[in-house]
Amino acid sequence: MKPFRYDRAGDISGAVSTLAREPTGVFLAGGTNLVDLMKLGVMEPDVLVDVRRLTSLGIEDLPDGGLRIGAAVTNSELAADRRIRSRYPVLSQALLSGASGQLRNLATTGGNMLQRTRCAYFYDTTTPCNKREPRTGCSALEGCNKDHAILGASRHCVATHPSDMAVALTALEAVVRVQGPAGGRAIPISELYRLPGQEPERDTTLQHAELITAVDLPPMAFSSSSRYRKVRERASYAFALVSVAAALRVQDGVVRDARIALGGVAHMPWRAHKAEDAVRGGPAVEESFRAAARAELAEAVPLSDNAYKVPLAVNVITRTLLDLSEAQ
Amino acid sequence: MTTITQPRAIGASLDRRDGPQKVTGAAPYAYEHRFENPLYLFPVQSDVARGKVTRIDASAAEAVPGVVAVLSHRNAPRLADTSDRELAVLQAEEVAFRGQYVAAVIADTLEAARYAASLVRVSYDEEPHDVELRADRQDLYAPGQVNAGYPTDSEEGDFDRTFSSAEVKLDETYSTPMEHNNPMEPHTTVALWEAGDLTLYESTQGPHWARGTVAQVLGLDPNRVRIIAPYVGGGFGSKTPHANTILAALAAQAVQGRPVKFALTRQQMFSGVGYRTPTIQRIRLGADPDGRLSATCHDVIAQTAKLKEFAEQAAVPTRTMYATRSRRTTHRLAPLDVPVPSWMRAPGEAPGMFALESAMDEMAIRCGLDPVELRIRNEPERDAETGLPYSSRNLVACLRDGASRFGWAGRDTRPRARQEGRWLVGTGVASSTFPVIRLPGSVARISYAGEGRYVVEIDAADIGTGTWTALAQIAADALGERVDEIDLRIGDTALPEATVAGGSSGITSWGAAIFEAARVFRDRHGHGPSEGDRAEAAAADSAEGEKYAMYAFGACFAEARVDADTGEVRIPRMTGVFAAGKIINPKAARSQIIGGMTMGLGMALHEESLVDPRFGHVLNHDFASYYIPANADTGRFDIAWIDEEDPHVNPMGSKGIGEIGIVGTAAAIANAVYHATGVRVRDLPITPAKLLR
Repeated sequence: MKPFRYDRAGDISGAVSTLAREPTGVFLAGGTNLVDLMKLGVMEPDVLVDVRRLTSLGIEDLPDGGLRIGAAVTNSELAADRRIRSRYPVLSQALLSGASGQLRNLATTGGNMLQRTRCAYFYDTTTPCNKREPRTGCSALEGCNKDHAILGASRHCVATHPSDMAVALTALEAVVRVQGPAGGRAIPISELYRLPGQEPERDTTLQHAELITAVDLPPMAFSSSSRYRKVRERASYAFALVSVAAALRVQDGVVRDARIALGGVAHMPWRAHKAEDAVRGGPAVEESFRAAARAELAEAVPLSDNAYKVPLAVNVITRTLLDLSEAQ
Repeated sequence: MTTITQPRAIGASLDRRDGPQKVTGAAPYAYEHRFENPLYLFPVQSDVARGKVTRIDASAAEAVPGVVAVLSHRNAPRLADTSDRELAVLQAEEVAFRGQYVAAVIADTLEAARYAASLVRVSYDEEPHDVELRADRQDLYAPGQVNAGYPTDSEEGDFDRTFSSAEVKLDETYSTPMEHNNPMEPHTTVALWEAGDLTLYESTQGPHWARGTVAQVLGLDPNRVRIIAPYVGGGFGSKTPHANTILAALAAQAVQGRPVKFALTRQQMFSGVGYRTPTIQRIRLGADPDGRLSATCHDVIAQTAKLKEFAEQAAVPTRTMYATRSRRTTHRLAPLDVPVPSWMRAPGEAPGMFALESAMDEMAIRCGLDPVELRIRNEPERDAETGLPYSSRNLVACLRDGASRFGWAGRDTRPRARQEGRWLVGTGVASSTFPVIRLPGSVARISYAGEGRYVVEIDAADIGTGTWTALAQIAADALGERVDEIDLRIGDTALPEATVAGGSSGITSWGAAIFEAARVFRDRHGHGPSEGDRAEAAAADSAEGEKYAMYAFGACFAEARVDADTGEVRIPRMTGVFAAGKIINPKAARSQIIGGMTMGLGMALHEESLVDPRFGHVLNHDFASYYIPANADTGRFDIAWIDEEDPHVNPMGSKGIGEIGIVGTAAAIANAVYHATGVRVRDLPITPAKLLR
């Protein structure tokens, strides 16, 4: 591991200003991903600014009926919170489907959102990777790509975002609160993540030294009718081949509203707007759900090894919506 | 043969004697022995798959504080014997596979060594490499023999004629991927070279083997080399001397007087410590309409390394499993620019029986027969390969007992006939076999320590299997004493020589030596010995192997549940029934079989080392991407033993159980998945992608 300086600031603004002066520094929270990447030489920051004790460890009720999750809340605590489990079950389920108990005890809300892709080429410093080292090429494009993106990829990068939690947050239209050198701002989660385009080295729209301090869950009338379904190659401790976070409101057999997001299919959690539009106002039946899922996947561009993700995503969207509608 | 006639300790489900030390962390594994002022080694691996090192710039590495030396072929001590090219580490500029060690940093701390290793700049004259195993390669060749000394090919009767005239035929190709052993404890050596003596604290399956290899390669008197390995965290065939052991010894020679610690990272365990070759296996079966086999052919294509040959004997089990009027088996190899393939739990049987037992399932369907019945109908009377009778063969009993325990009777044979909610449910069966292997050369020493205590010494290895307990049980019965009166000493070349913990041969080979030493001890000292009385003996020669074919057999039954939407496979229950002679310790044996069957489950559903042919190394080289079963993947294990008396195998009547648990499992699961879904997956692993239609 490349030697680095470890820094711990007294408060958030101190941490932000410290990192602002260190162009090759990064924030450290749970470290469950960052430390691995440093050991492997994938990330070689000169400075780590530890923010673990700076951001909130609490989950607060907001006046509008939503919840504010402190960035330092661990994945375990968040998954176990009674309000999350009853009002936003999709989030609790997504968290519990990720990593292992030990990792969830350390990993934080802010850090989970910013974990890096699990593309094997990104992890292997002996192979070209545009995300790790811009303009070296994408090895996965014509390589081993069974785990890679089918939506929104570019020829520069076909990696997927690995977080389960972020897929649930996308379906819940979470708002990410950040503090940076230029002050604070609130970013809708759909604007936090980005597609790779020509700059796959950028996972998010955050600027250097911007720190996630909290995540707001807005009130959603039907968020308690939500669930997370993750498909993977073993029963536990594996990243998603495809996952679906969905919330559904059905009345008199008609879909009144829906939120659908997909994991494992794109460089970012994929909000399935087309599928949502297709089901909204229609009958809550399998044919309708399947047609909506197909509409969402119509523009999928499979690679050599991942064409299975298209029918898989269609099936999982369909089944998840059916399960939600049958429960109402 | 003389046998233990009144077993008391043998057959008892004793708790492991080393259990308390292990769960409290008091049992030292190789890295954990206490060392004064140690050094740490971190290797530099080639990032080309073939070529020559043209330049090594270690200046930046040498400038890192704490770095003691940077070794490469330019300055490393010379080895005495480089004929085993896999072990000839840092001796020449040639690179034979991606990931080969081309340099190594020795430093005061692991962190300094690892960081400095990342700063060593290596330049190569890169040559085109070739790492792709395909059946249509033009350079496939027949090796002189295959692993464990079996003939490369076999031929009985006229296969071509009987196959062409068979009324029911099968001609299918099955494939298994590259798999890596991945014991929990990484390959580790701590080497100390002091005044001409070399001591290695080594994670090894065979200390004496390791000593012989190290002495040979370094040109040392074996008596100046000591290997210490009291506890070993798994091996599965990979913990034999590889280049990492020699590299640690070379480093110790270079720095002399300070111990050098070298434990591989998980990533490094995917290059250079062995793996199971991928296989492409064509099976042809011909049968009468009543399911009696007339023609059997098993053609295996596997890979080997250009560096050194290893020939996986995947068609060998087909030579003994079933009666057939004609039979042909062949093995062909593709020589590639890859690390040397090696032993991985049940080499030969595990991939070979996946193919044969999948084919038998397909044949049962074609004949309209129950797959258990098809196997029973083809039970041979003698071992066709040798013409010898079996010392004992209870495959049929395993199948029948297993069928009864599993609830096989009344099974609806139609595929995709049973659905529970979104789960498609199916059941499958497969046979297992593994030869009884007895390696010559083990010696045991028994001494009377007074006050009723006996010291039993033999350089056996416990790689997590329960050797510490099982050998004490054998010694107790051989001496006619209680187990708690036996002090066992193993895992140190200062003890009498023992053969390797491999080929499921350990208990057979070591137990026979202990049995003989006990006999000599009693002959010499009677039943009232004096303190200090001792006897040492090698296992008695046995001619039984020339009179009988010796194998363990088993049957594995599995239930598969497949999600109709996603192709996710769950295995809620498996039944394994084994005829493996006398079971020394049923509790430890059950653990062994659970481990073997779980590994078979991983082989069926999870394990696959992915190689990008453009680069040539394993990409998914960590446990986040190379999947092995998690606890949540395993269900209920119902494991039983056929009560089998075999006086021919060895004095204990045991057959060895380290490997047979894995053998039939993958096929049983594949057959159950077919029964559940109607989809026949002939290329492992069975992933959701292959089941989605």
